[in-house]
Amino acid sequence: MNDAALEILGVSKRFGDNLANDDISLSLAKGEIVALLGENGAGKTTLMSILFGHYVPDTGSVTAMGKELPPGKPRAAIRAGIGMVHQHFSLAPNLTVLENVMTGTESLCSPVSNVAAGRKKLLGISERFGLKVDPAARVGDLSVGEQQRVEILKALYNDARILVLDEPTAVLTNIEAEKLFSTFKEMARLGLSLIFISHKLDEVMATADRIVVLRGGKLVAERKASETSKAELAELMVGRKVTRPVRDPSTPGQVGIEAAGVTVRVGGVDRLKSIDFRVLTGEVLGIIGVSGNGQATLAQLLSGTVGRTAGDLFLFGQHVGDLTVADAVATGIGRIPEDRNREGAIGEMAIWENAILERLARFSRRGLVDRKAAIAFAGRILSAFDVRGGSPTSRTRLLSGGNMQKLILGRNLIEHPRILLAAQPARGLDEGAVAAVHERILDARRAGTAVLLISEDLDEVMMLADRIQAIVGGRLSPPVRAQDADARKLGLMMAGEWEGREVTDAV
Amino acid sequence: MRFERREHRSTALVIAAPLIAVAGAFAITGILIAIAGAPVFEAYWRILTGAFGSRLSATETLTRATPLILTGLAAAVAFRARLWNIGGEGQFYLGAIAVAAASAHIARGLPSLVQIPLLFVVGAAAGMLLLLLPLWLRLRFSVDEVVTTLLLNFVALLFVSMLIDGVLKDPAAFGWPQSEAVDAAARLPKLLARSRLHIGLGLAVAIAFIVYFVQSRTVFGLQSRAAGLNPSGAAFAGVPLARTLVIVAMISGGLAGLAGAIEVLGVKGYVTNDLSPGYGYSGIVVAMLANLNPLGVVLAALFTAVMFVGADGMSRSMGIPTYIADVTVALSLLSMLIAVFFTQYRIRR
Amino acid sequence: MTALIDILGSAGLWAAVLRIATPLILGTLGALLSERSGVLNLGIEGIMTFGAMIGWLAVYNGAGLWTGLLVAALSGAIFGLLHAALTVTLGLSQHVSGLGVTLFASSFAYYAFRLMVPVAGTPPTIVPFQPLDIPFLSSLPFFGQAFFTQTAPTYMAILLAVLLAYLIARTPVGLAIRMTGENPHAAEAQGINPMTIRYGAVVAGSALMGVGGAFLTLSAFNSFFPTMVQGRGWICIALVVFASWRPERALFGALLFALFDGFQLRLQTVLSGVVPYQIFLMIPYLLSIAALAVMARRARVPQALMQPYRRGER
Repeated sequence: MNDAALEILGVSKRFGDNLANDDISLSLAKGEIVALLGENGAGKTTLMSILFGHYVPDTGSVTAMGKELPPGKPRAAIRAGIGMVHQHFSLAPNLTVLENVMTGTESLCSPVSNVAAGRKKLLGISERFGLKVDPAARVGDLSVGEQQRVEILKALYNDARILVLDEPTAVLTNIEAEKLFSTFKEMARLGLSLIFISHKLDEVMATADRIVVLRGGKLVAERKASETSKAELAELMVGRKVTRPVRDPSTPGQVGIEAAGVTVRVGGVDRLKSIDFRVLTGEVLGIIGVSGNGQATLAQLLSGTVGRTAGDLFLFGQHVGDLTVADAVATGIGRIPEDRNREGAIGEMAIWENAILERLARFSRRGLVDRKAAIAFAGRILSAFDVRGGSPTSRTRLLSGGNMQKLILGRNLIEHPRILLAAQPARGLDEGAVAAVHERILDARRAGTAVLLISEDLDEVMMLADRIQAIVGGRLSPPVRAQDADARKLGLMMAGEWEGREVTDAV
Repeated sequence: MRFERREHRSTALVIAAPLIAVAGAFAITGILIAIAGAPVFEAYWRILTGAFGSRLSATETLTRATPLILTGLAAAVAFRARLWNIGGEGQFYLGAIAVAAASAHIARGLPSLVQIPLLFVVGAAAGMLLLLLPLWLRLRFSVDEVVTTLLLNFVALLFVSMLIDGVLKDPAAFGWPQSEAVDAAARLPKLLARSRLHIGLGLAVAIAFIVYFVQSRTVFGLQSRAAGLNPSGAAFAGVPLARTLVIVAMISGGLAGLAGAIEVLGVKGYVTNDLSPGYGYSGIVVAMLANLNPLGVVLAALFTAVMFVGADGMSRSMGIPTYIADVTVALSLLSMLIAVFFTQYRIRR
Repeated sequence: MTALIDILGSAGLWAAVLRIATPLILGTLGALLSERSGVLNLGIEGIMTFGAMIGWLAVYNGAGLWTGLLVAALSGAIFGLLHAALTVTLGLSQHVSGLGVTLFASSFAYYAFRLMVPVAGTPPTIVPFQPLDIPFLSSLPFFGQAFFTQTAPTYMAILLAVLLAYLIARTPVGLAIRMTGENPHAAEAQGINPMTIRYGAVVAGSALMGVGGAFLTLSAFNSFFPTMVQGRGWICIALVVFASWRPERALFGALLFALFDGFQLRLQTVLSGVVPYQIFLMIPYLLSIAALAVMARRARVPQALMQPYRRGER
């Protein structure tokens, strides 16, 4: 009994109508690696937050090293030896590595901070686990992989015996991820217990000793890694056989959009370096890559919110200068932004206002907004794209993520755009909404739209795209045909390994 | 204790918020009045009668409300687009002095129907100019406009003081620093004989309706609201952020400048160092009390004017410092902030 | 030209510089402490006004000068508590809340002053802090008069700047404040309560602002009159940016600013009649704006400045 490092007993947590965690019990042994598997919205993150004292559970308890933790007290969790590594790193870019690590580790009443001792301890840990860092470096100057290392070091510095990691590989390249997992195994060998959240079957199978599957807030299964298969896990995770939209063979037509040697410099940095691609009508070109490699800039370029520094851009064979948003909309480029809350919609405005904001020229006369026509337009989108939870005049913020995305998709697709730019169109949506979004994108392809899909989700790209290019450090790989690609090949491309190019300038 | 966003904002709550806020402010002011040793309810009664008790006091209240409507609108328009124009006071003075200078030296002799509109434009332009500098600093150097507009208030006041003590000084004023009187043709017609009330009031109310219309019905209104609520979302939808802010700044600065112009042409006829008892700053409170609604601004301005005029009368008869009005207005602002918060959030547990 | 050199060479100028700088140092340190934790406190102008009034009033009613400063600090802390309740607990706009605090604190100060001190021809006075006579140093030629004829609060302000610089850079609580101002979520994840830190920084910072205001009535002058703070609070806010949020630079910035101010005051008497005095009075404000324009992009702004923190809301 006492070899359990961590014991979660009957934890439930409700947010409004949503039961995020439903009577979950789980234990973690010393030296064990457990993976918490589940789709978005399965309740993984809520459970981790309860574990770490960010949330107070409605019922249930958490016991670490034999002692029950007081709910809602992160400090107590830290003291009990729980270390949390967040998906969005909790780091201060303006402070040094050492300062980030040492925050909160000394008594706030102490008149002096023992920096020398802190540095020594940090270097010791970094040595022991093979996590190399420069304590004096400013965190903002580090790469994403290094920042994650700092995040893990922070937990270890607090003498964590139990590490909780929220999607640790979400922002890493395959190579970085592999390195991370070998570090995990080393930690487990040294007696630490690890629990990590993931929805990637491969890494779960490769790394974890035991796999716990969450679905709809419930713990639905627990399997030893050696006694299960990817297929079984996938089924447990989703709970039903998913019907993926079937793809017709593509019937590509003319060149819809073409970039030749396009470079974009933002803030003195080349975010896109002489990229080439072309998207034909009636096909989907998938751009894969780990986030932060220039996807955002590529999307902005085609959305008309950032200009080129060099190179040429053609729309249907015609050379275009600097594309503005108005040009993009007028040319018939449908735009689905990466971050729907930040860019896609303005939550405090009405649905009808969000539906027409980028088409104000069409829905106004002599400077006055044509409210009637705009509301009718929004109404058409809501019914044609099955947007639920609001009327044209209700506030957009009240829509769920999936419905908001359907609204954004709808306002772009209802007019049959000639080009569709879709950046991470299914990110953060539940399974049902993902399927709906994918179906709409394939519909557009069938109707002859040239679709540029930017995604981090390999499965999504494999399913939707006809051709695939990888983006690494602002460069684009040459395209491969989707039917010739497998996960391994794409993984290598995403790590920056393609013909004639070395891995070394990968970020 | 935790706060949770309300999914639906009830209209009743939104309307009740300012009333509850003002009631809260009165409750606290009541304590201050009691500390001063005066009967609280009588004091409030005297404020009310001081503001409306006679024809003279009522017209005085409305005269005071006029510039407050305009400076209130200036703040409301800017704040809605998240342009923090705290420089209303400086813009007010600059508008006033521009009008005084133009009327006394350039436009003198022009017929009223030509001269008055011309002077309005001059006053508004002066206010605009003073706000465009901080906006430029924000767009070019990312300097927070709150601090620059605040600092420019002092610069503008000193500038005005320099002019009315120098080149624009009225030689007939027995050495007092004040500008020469504007042309008689430039004086605004009175609304009521034997009072200070002038047509500026009608103009201010009309402008409030125009601003309301622009904000709720026009492309520019929609765009500026989008820019204020979510700049990156607005930019993605093709709203030209910088241009929108420039136009907002021109409207906001222009309204504050116009307030100064109307005050000079309607009430005093010349500029002194104490032309404004803080109309620019009070405009901020007016805008917040109105929850940035242009029509609400008219009511909030009226409330503020009642407080100031009423407190004057009350203070004379009861020996309570007139500053009680400033305290009440400032407290109304703070309690309004809290009240608005609770229309958006509820307390959980 | 010789007039300029005469001014710079006079010990009186340098003595004035330290005197002018003191309230700015205190106010800037207060604003800086608060901003380092992520809260902009535009209540500063009103808090300084109230501090000036209440400190003076306490002494006028028989309290000691140091008690006066303490009372001013306490009053500042109370207004700071109000600002923190609005911006930290409720997460309201720091701009608007700060302006509200300024309007409330200054009008309340005027009200209380008028209530306690009936209108008189000349404002009543108190006996302010006297210059400290430091053995040996004060009697040095030039330097003695220039730098060692200050009142005790001036030395205290300089000492506070050094202490605050140490506190922020070298102590655990300083690191906690910086982390809260950069990323409150990270602070929370490390077991630090960002709410507590912000409350502490705002309240302590506001107390410093109150003392800065009281210096005006208890040392620089000997009476209180409305509008005496004259935008010094806003200048402090600008100085924080100029100082790139670092106390040692804030001290330098305030002294530099006071040098310009002291210089223009003397130039004013030299050039009186030639150039309107208002031009000279504008200089401090214009200088502050210029400093902002030069430094705003270069300064390393606390990343979470003006961002409300709510647990569980990103």
